[in-house]
Amino acid sequence: MGSHHDTVGARTGMWLFLYTEIMLFGGLFVLYSAYYRMHAQAFISTGQELDTVLGSVNTVILLVSSFLVAAAITAVQRSQTKGAMALLTGAVLLGMVFLANKYLEWGHKFHLGIYPGSPGLEDSPPGRIVFYGLYYTITGLHALHIVMGMVLLIVCIAMIGFGRIQKERFLLLENCGLYWHLVDLIWIFIFPLFYLIL
Amino acid sequence: MIPRPWAVSTERNRAIPMGETMSNAVTSFYDTPFPARFRGVWSWLFTLDHKRIALLYLGAATFWFIIAVVLGFLVRMELMTPGRTIMGAETYNAAFTLHGVIMIFLFVIPAMPAIFGNFLLPIQIGTDDVFFPKLNLLSWYLYMLGGALAIVSLFADGPPDTGWTFYVPFSVSTQTNVGLTLTAAFILGLSSMLTGLNFITTVHRMRVPGMGWLQIPLFTWSLYATAWVQLLATPVLSITLLLVVFERVFGTGLFDPARGGDPVLYQHLFWMYSHPAVYIMILPGMGVISEIIPVFSRKSIFGYKAIVGSSIGIATAGSLVWAHHMFTSGMSDVAVFVFSFLTFIVAVPSAIKVFSWVSTMYKGSILMTPPLFFALCFIYLFSVGGLTGLVLGAAGPNIQVHDTHFVVAHFHFVMFGGTGFSFFAGLHFWWPKMFGRMYHFKRAYLSAILIVTGFMLHYVPMFILGLQGMPRRYYDYLEQFAPGNFFAGLGALIMVPGLFLMVINLMVSLKQPVDAPADPWGGTTLEWSVPSPPPLHNFIERPRPGKYPYDFSRVRTP
Repeated sequence: MGSHHDTVGARTGMWLFLYTEIMLFGGLFVLYSAYYRMHAQAFISTGQELDTVLGSVNTVILLVSSFLVAAAITAVQRSQTKGAMALLTGAVLLGMVFLANKYLEWGHKFHLGIYPGSPGLEDSPPGRIVFYGLYYTITGLHALHIVMGMVLLIVCIAMIGFGRIQKERFLLLENCGLYWHLVDLIWIFIFPLFYLIL
Repeated sequence: MIPRPWAVSTERNRAIPMGETMSNAVTSFYDTPFPARFRGVWSWLFTLDHKRIALLYLGAATFWFIIAVVLGFLVRMELMTPGRTIMGAETYNAAFTLHGVIMIFLFVIPAMPAIFGNFLLPIQIGTDDVFFPKLNLLSWYLYMLGGALAIVSLFADGPPDTGWTFYVPFSVSTQTNVGLTLTAAFILGLSSMLTGLNFITTVHRMRVPGMGWLQIPLFTWSLYATAWVQLLATPVLSITLLLVVFERVFGTGLFDPARGGDPVLYQHLFWMYSHPAVYIMILPGMGVISEIIPVFSRKSIFGYKAIVGSSIGIATAGSLVWAHHMFTSGMSDVAVFVFSFLTFIVAVPSAIKVFSWVSTMYKGSILMTPPLFFALCFIYLFSVGGLTGLVLGAAGPNIQVHDTHFVVAHFHFVMFGGTGFSFFAGLHFWWPKMFGRMYHFKRAYLSAILIVTGFMLHYVPMFILGLQGMPRRYYDYLEQFAPGNFFAGLGALIMVPGLFLMVINLMVSLKQPVDAPADPWGGTTLEWSVPSPPPLHNFIERPRPGKYPYDFSRVRTP
């Protein structure tokens, strides 16, 4: 029953799923653009409170990890099992570094008393509250996606170890890779919106 | 003795002596669990067979439908006389909220794609299952989980009282358990989205060789257009509901004007999904009607390509009209003008379909059956619903009738008269295919007449009440609105027994032996070429789709 050897179809399904992820974050970006228009000055001044260096480092980390995932697919195609597992492990580790950076960044802000509902934030002008509301929502949701992506990559590592992903059968890895690239791509939009253009 | 008008013979049927049926020769999917190792109830709970999953949905959706009907009935009984009739104001708020939430998220949105779509889409395109059978089962479990959460939200901290739209700021500040209901709606959205994803992939990759895009039956076409809306619009609702949850839990302030947020943006985001969602609800229903009308007119559908095009047109244009729900929310006049104009545009493809159905019947050889009767009621009720939609879509009249009972009557004409009646029509049309049994015709007609009579008496007074200015959702009203509300309640008293009669009539048929022929009506699409009920892999030999799905030249009426 079914069509388990139709890899094109399985990839189609994955792409369709990625569309839904784009729409999910799309809703948030719509909010961002509307609020940016309403509170341009507050957004600009608040945006400068974010650490551009940390943001840039995280961007580089994600780009490198995406490269590692792509390289792992090539390694699997060449039957270099150990190499593929090493590359994926590298990507997962980079994901962890990304989250550690995020933890530091959020922790620092919390330390300064800036978090949703905090007394320090409640006294600010409205634009600043909305900015941080969006900041925490969007980066938080993105971090959640990073965690899910890491779980998927770990599953792939295990599958390669068990021989379930191999030269002729790497659809799962390809689809998980697509997901990781998408999470990466979403960050590519988040990064300038919060760290660069303001 | 049950009347058997389906004994009209078609060429295919004539090969089978009456009384003996094809179903006996082939083991049906009921007797063939898939995966084969599961038995009894497990063969249902772990099934990967699209037909069994469809029936799982049918069972659950019927349960929810009955609950929501009873809730709606109680709301109407409360409103039958001014002041307190049978319940207090708090209970009333909870009752209409749950009626809306259950009807929309647990019945109207999932019913048609998940029940008929799952059962018939693979058969109509000549294949053995959907592309992702496991994902299909997961969707059902998500649906059940969402439903379970909706029940739990009833009993923890009081039922939600926001209405099904969850408008901020009330949904953020109310003390009732809105968070849980929002989570339920989020999960149900996920379920519907995954079904859509599955259908798109299935239609693209699994059509039987020889079936091009313009040989696909119209019901499958409508599901395909619907699936895109499910896929692209649902995530927007998901994020919106999630934001309200964040708002309640963390106080992010994104929709709070005191903290720089804008509640109108919530409405934008909400309707960006929820308006396309009404097309998720109606498009498959239009597909059902497009199947039924040609079969009982013994005539090829008028304007096949126009109907296909209008399905896509509705899906596209319907995604661009969301803000017509917000003409009085404080938008710019330009936005009001643009969205009003776009709303009128959507009427065009819908009207194309209505004209096509009516033209199909013109000079056809019409055979009256319960499915056709429901379908004809659909055409009338849907047209009234659609035309009153234009009253609402026009910016001027909208100001007068916004948030009044006019709106309630309009969307019940579309959602109940449209989607509901097409669902009933489809249920009576495909019942013999799904269960291999025919139901009692006279009782089916009687139930249809009761429902449609009660329906008119129920909702027409609401149009008048709305024009007179009675707001929706109010617990109490002025003396001058009393007659209208009384008649509406009277309509409910006729309609609800009709609904129960219909359900009971269908249930009773299950006691009969399995004796429906493969093609009781003389249909031409592929589902009528397989036994009723179909075998596990649907087709005994690879189907050969015709050049055109509605070629009736080989179907004969006696």
